[in-house]
Amino acid sequence: MSILVFANTAKNEVHKSAYEVVSYGSQLAQKTGDTVTALVIGDATNISSLSDYGADKIIHVKDAKLSSFQPSLLAQAINQIAEAEGSKIIVFSHDLTGKAIAPLVAVGLKAGLVTGAVAIPETENGFIVKKAVFSGKAYAHVKINTDKKVISVNPNAVEKVENKKSANESEATVNLGEARIKVIEQKIESTDIPLTEAEKVVSAGRGLKGPENWGMIEELAKLLGAATACSRPVSDMDWRPHHEHVGQTGIAIRPNLYIAIGISGAIQHLAGVNQSKVIVVINTDPEAPFFKSADYGIVGDAFEVVPKLIEAAKAMNI
Amino acid sequence: MKILVCISKVPDTTSKIAFTDGNSKFDTNGVQFIINPYDEWYALVRALELKEANGGSVTVINVGLADNDPTIRKALAIGADDAVRVNLDPKDAMDAAQQIADYASANGYELVLCGKETIDYNGSQMGGMIAAILNQEFISNATKLDMNGNTATIERDIQGGTEVLELNIPFVVSAAKGMAEARIPNMRGIMAARTKPLTVVEPSASFNATEVLTYELPPAKGSCKMISADNPAELLDLLRNEAKIL
Repeated sequence: MSILVFANTAKNEVHKSAYEVVSYGSQLAQKTGDTVTALVIGDATNISSLSDYGADKIIHVKDAKLSSFQPSLLAQAINQIAEAEGSKIIVFSHDLTGKAIAPLVAVGLKAGLVTGAVAIPETENGFIVKKAVFSGKAYAHVKINTDKKVISVNPNAVEKVENKKSANESEATVNLGEARIKVIEQKIESTDIPLTEAEKVVSAGRGLKGPENWGMIEELAKLLGAATACSRPVSDMDWRPHHEHVGQTGIAIRPNLYIAIGISGAIQHLAGVNQSKVIVVINTDPEAPFFKSADYGIVGDAFEVVPKLIEAAKAMNI
Repeated sequence: MKILVCISKVPDTTSKIAFTDGNSKFDTNGVQFIINPYDEWYALVRALELKEANGGSVTVINVGLADNDPTIRKALAIGADDAVRVNLDPKDAMDAAQQIADYASANGYELVLCGKETIDYNGSQMGGMIAAILNQEFISNATKLDMNGNTATIERDIQGGTEVLELNIPFVVSAAKGMAEARIPNMRGIMAARTKPLTVVEPSASFNATEVLTYELPPAKGSCKMISADNPAELLDLLRNEAKIL
């Protein structure tokens, strides 16, 4: 049997998250003795590259009804392919697309669903998936009792492992209902690094004293190839846009590097960032709780430290 | 328009997260419970705003046991007209979604709202499951929702950006930050909540597609390496040569 992996695309290319989930499916398949089928829906030029991370088979579906984002039709398409492939395990990325579709697929297939997986499932004693809970403050080991299983994997949580295959590529057709959603306008951010996908993030809080002081934050972020983020008070005061707010009630991120400048580290903020691999805290207050969760810290005034960091980054050619 | 808002009871955001019974249960000792912020601040408040503008009714629904009633009363104090509690400790999201979908369909709700996720289980499952069971559309992570007659205009977050769409009722939407501003219940609302109807209904068949076996806390962070504010270049050096991320 095959594990079916939904490989997301963006701007007519296979999305970075697709390699992560294909690799996840491939590592799981080595335990369960299955093969891996990657499903690509819509136009993408480089779908063959999915075989580098363990896809044995790549199915490409092109259907005019799926040219706009129609979650219920995407779920129909995925369920039909799962049926045709005899797949009992379906894998998504737990990104905005996965959040929109995975629950629909789970209901359609009468499958148990675990979202936000952070490890390859254990299969020795039942099928058990480790997932992040309590906004990253804990993990749960969740057993799926149903014959069919749907898993969505947290972005940047599981290493992708190269596993070159010579995949068989084919096109498949699906039989879809009518689209009920009329898309009026799409705004895709083109220049900035989307925060949820960023590997490095520079974030600042109330310690910056006002929106006019964000120039140095943006400059540092640009030098490091990082996205910018902010704390809740900063977004509430409209110093920065809402979509930059990270924390328990904003968005949760798990970059490789999170630099927090002028953020004290309230528990609600930590909940959104504590799965970051390396945390750097720059704060004037040596007692700021954030230092307890940090890997590296500087006690100092952001207005002195950040310009020095910018100079140093330029000197080091970072 | 008949609006149904799903509310979940979760530990307050400042709660200490600990487990008991061989790490199989969340330790509720000393924990204060609240309405899941995404359900309350965005889904419920936007539903009330839509009712205030266009008429109709707002019902809140929760799947849980009697100890959830004080949390449900808070939603009534904020302004919901009535509340329903399905008398079941749900096994997982699918179990709760089935109960809510059954109630919504039997009682002719035209719009179902929930938060984008709960802050305890972080599932992001409920809205999509209810929609799929009802064979309605699911609009996830919506940041704006306006109604014009039977047609909604919705802005939602999608991969890499945002999108504006139109859709006719009935449908299910999950609310994210931006959709509304939190409301604090006033004394009149709190008094009125005591006499508003909270109906308890018995569940349909329950099943456990998934179950949590155990919980674990992440390993404690090692100590934080401090760097002098006079020499921030050392930080970049450590990030490059020790942490190997630059």
